Amino acid sequence: MNDIKIITSSRIKERVAFFLLWIFSIFTAIILVLIVSDIIIKGAPHISLDFLLEEPRKMGKEGGVFSVIVSTIYIVVLSIIFAAPIGVAASVYLAEYAKESTMLNIIRFGTEALAGIPSIIYGLFGYSFFVFFLDLKYSILSGALTLTLMILPTIIKTSEEAIKAVPKSYREGSLALGATKLQTIRKIIIPDAIPGILTGLILGIGRVVGESAAVLYTAGSSLGIPDSIFRPGRTLSVHLYTLASEGISIENTYATAVILIALVFIINFSANTLINRIFIARRR
Amino acid sequence: MGSVKIRVKDTNLYYGNHHALKNINMDIYDKSVTALIGPSGCGKSTFLRCLNRMNDLIPNVRIDGEIQIAGNDINKYDVILLRKKVGMVFQKPNPFPMSIYENIAYGPRIHGTKNRSKLDNIVEKSLREAALWDEVKDRLKSNAMGLSGGQQQRLCIARTIAVEPEILLMDEPTSALDPASTMKIEDLMENLKKQYTVIIVTHNMQQAGRISDYAAFFLNGEIIEYDKTEKIFYKPMDKRTEDYITGRFG
Amino acid sequence: MRLSERIIEKMLVICAAIALLGIAVIAVFITKEGWPIISKIGIKAFFLGKDWTPTKGVYGIFPMIIGSIYVTIGALAIGVPIGISCAIYLAEIASPKVSAIIKPGIELLAGIPSVIYGLYGMTVIVPIIRDLFGNQGFSVLAGSIVLGIMILPTIINISKDSIEAVPKEYKEGSLALGSSHWQAIIKVILPSARSGIISSIILGMARAVGETMAVIMITGNSTMIPESILSPVRTLTGNIGIEMGYASGEHQKALFATGIVLFIFIMCLNLLAKLIPKKAGA
Ligand SMILES: Nc1ncnc2c1ncn2[C@@H]1O[C@H](COP(=O)(O)OP(=O)(O)O)[C@@H](O)[C@H]1O
Ligand SMILES: [Mg+2]
Repeated sequence: MNDIKIITSSRIKERVAFFLLWIFSIFTAIILVLIVSDIIIKGAPHISLDFLLEEPRKMGKEGGVFSVIVSTIYIVVLSIIFAAPIGVAASVYLAEYAKESTMLNIIRFGTEALAGIPSIIYGLFGYSFFVFFLDLKYSILSGALTLTLMILPTIIKTSEEAIKAVPKSYREGSLALGATKLQTIRKIIIPDAIPGILTGLILGIGRVVGESAAVLYTAGSSLGIPDSIFRPGRTLSVHLYTLASEGISIENTYATAVILIALVFIINFSANTLINRIFIARRR
Repeated sequence: MGSVKIRVKDTNLYYGNHHALKNINMDIYDKSVTALIGPSGCGKSTFLRCLNRMNDLIPNVRIDGEIQIAGNDINKYDVILLRKKVGMVFQKPNPFPMSIYENIAYGPRIHGTKNRSKLDNIVEKSLREAALWDEVKDRLKSNAMGLSGGQQQRLCIARTIAVEPEILLMDEPTSALDPASTMKIEDLMENLKKQYTVIIVTHNMQQAGRISDYAAFFLNGEIIEYDKTEKIFYKPMDKRTEDYITGRFG
Repeated sequence: MRLSERIIEKMLVICAAIALLGIAVIAVFITKEGWPIISKIGIKAFFLGKDWTPTKGVYGIFPMIIGSIYVTIGALAIGVPIGISCAIYLAEIASPKVSAIIKPGIELLAGIPSVIYGLYGMTVIVPIIRDLFGNQGFSVLAGSIVLGIMILPTIINISKDSIEAVPKEYKEGSLALGSSHWQAIIKVILPSARSGIISSIILGMARAVGETMAVIMITGNSTMIPESILSPVRTLTGNIGIEMGYASGEHQKALFATGIVLFIFIMCLNLLAKLIPKKAGA
């Protein structure tokens, strides 16, 4: 009889606990829906082709975001051009060449530490190092170099995992045919790891697009279309920050936010698609 | 011959499309040791896990037929009560990452024993029954992960005994152990069967012969033969049983 | 080995070392810019000074240190229970279907830019607080709520991974003794996943301490030490983010000095997360 009482009480506790866990989990999903829908509902009506293709006027109070989009693209492309080769090379070294050693541990620590640094610190650093010390001024180049450092850890980590996941038999097969290690890496390992490497690059792009603190003090917030990478420019996130914090135009603020959210969706979706593709390929 | 403790009727089990247990009928006797033998993959573990409904945890499992314990359908029990009555010792010793004392006290606490001195008694009694007390009595507070494999397995037996089950299921409890530890656990069986109905899966024919009263030979999800151990070992009815016992099967 | 291969290998090493070089250069430059002013006004006056008035050359960051601590504690108070509950639910209870819906949601939550969180906080959460409490809305509370949401993905992902890494034998052992699933979770699984869960909290904390733009947009940024969770507050990151735009000379150096403090804070948290023993139950 006593047994039944105890079981009943532990069943009730279990029900209550699971219910609370469920509430919290649903809550997380609801938060996401609330934020995204709020932005889309308030911003979508103000999105138009004109908004995308017109240059901003009166500090963004009127007009569109064309120059902002151009600057964003410049910075994304330039950051990836810098970060991709360095990141992939670093991951090749870490995955294929490095032997366990103190040096390797220090390198790993450096990569992890870099990943943990807040963006405002990157902003400060970029400002003092690229903008002033190297005298690159507020420019797309200063911004891209700063962001390169910032996304490097993501790219290194994702690529390293992708390379390590390449089956051992592929390597052995190639080496057995008399290929050198480097040839094996170039012809066999990298091609097989490409989806994983791309995922890392896409996640890097996501960070660049979303970043504001580190860009504001390196690429500046000039609204003109940059005619070279040595000119300043304003990215979407910085534009959104400026519009919102200075209360410039509610409509344009939300419209810009919608563009940003749309980009985040696209980026996440493509990263997920790639990850799933890897998953399926590996299971075959 | 003792009374029937567990009655299994027309039981089938499917993992998705895979028919893993085929029309099992079996009466298991109280206060005796029943050994389940047969080649790997023939369904012994699956059968054992039916008895305490551990298969409920696996998605896509379908079971039909009826299993009774002391005359009651096991599906009518609350699964918590069922598993309290039907203890299980796993192939790989799986002590919790906590102290020896906490490992044993875990079950009784869950079932409502809070009193410290009562728990102390249960811990000592269970460890004694599992022939582990003398080895660990001075370090009850130390982590169970520090014990040797054989000690860990006896700890798991003690942990199971501590909730006072009526039936003990053991799935190859000695297969991961050295011969000395195996001997200790085999010795333990003699005592355990005085109080519990023990069902043990083993690949070791000598072990089955030494410790069991009844034996069932499984092949491809079916029970080929089930009888007193000496019958199975010395006068098997089925050719396949004989082949297996004399080592002509895997 | 051929010469070209050896040269390429050297180049790979250099690339691998760039991250390390990066962190070193960052540390050097922030320190180079910020340290002189700290040593000029004195460590004690800088850290414990309650007054930040750049126009008069007074630089005390105590209110901002307290501000960062308050907002971070608030964020943890919101993010930790929700995050860990969600991690348990996903790892132990949710059907594959439900997980398949919630998981991409959490990834999106992680991918949403700070400025969007800031915008939402500013236009939705701040007004709600203002209406409820009659203060100006920009407050420790607003910052805590938004940061609490922002650290959810960090806490959920790392905790979930560590719960899933608990050997399933522990769970089976507990259930076989007649425990309920909840008892198995609370008494065996969570204690075994403890180190991962603690890491997740520390890394969530680092994320909250380091967040800038969203915080600036919703906390009011007053340099007073907040009296209650309804008061406005300025964090270390906020201090830098707001004033970098127009600061010059000594004032600007004081912002770099704030950066040094932030940098040390974050490094300590990351180191702490690394030092937690990884092995379950050890
Ligand atoms: N969780 C599972 N899912 C699907 N099939 C399983 C599962 N567990 C066991 N099986 C299959 O059921 C059959 C019986 O397995 P098992 O009971 O473990 O055999 P034994 O213990 O006799 O070696 C095997 O063919 C095995 O592959
Ligand atoms: Mg088995």
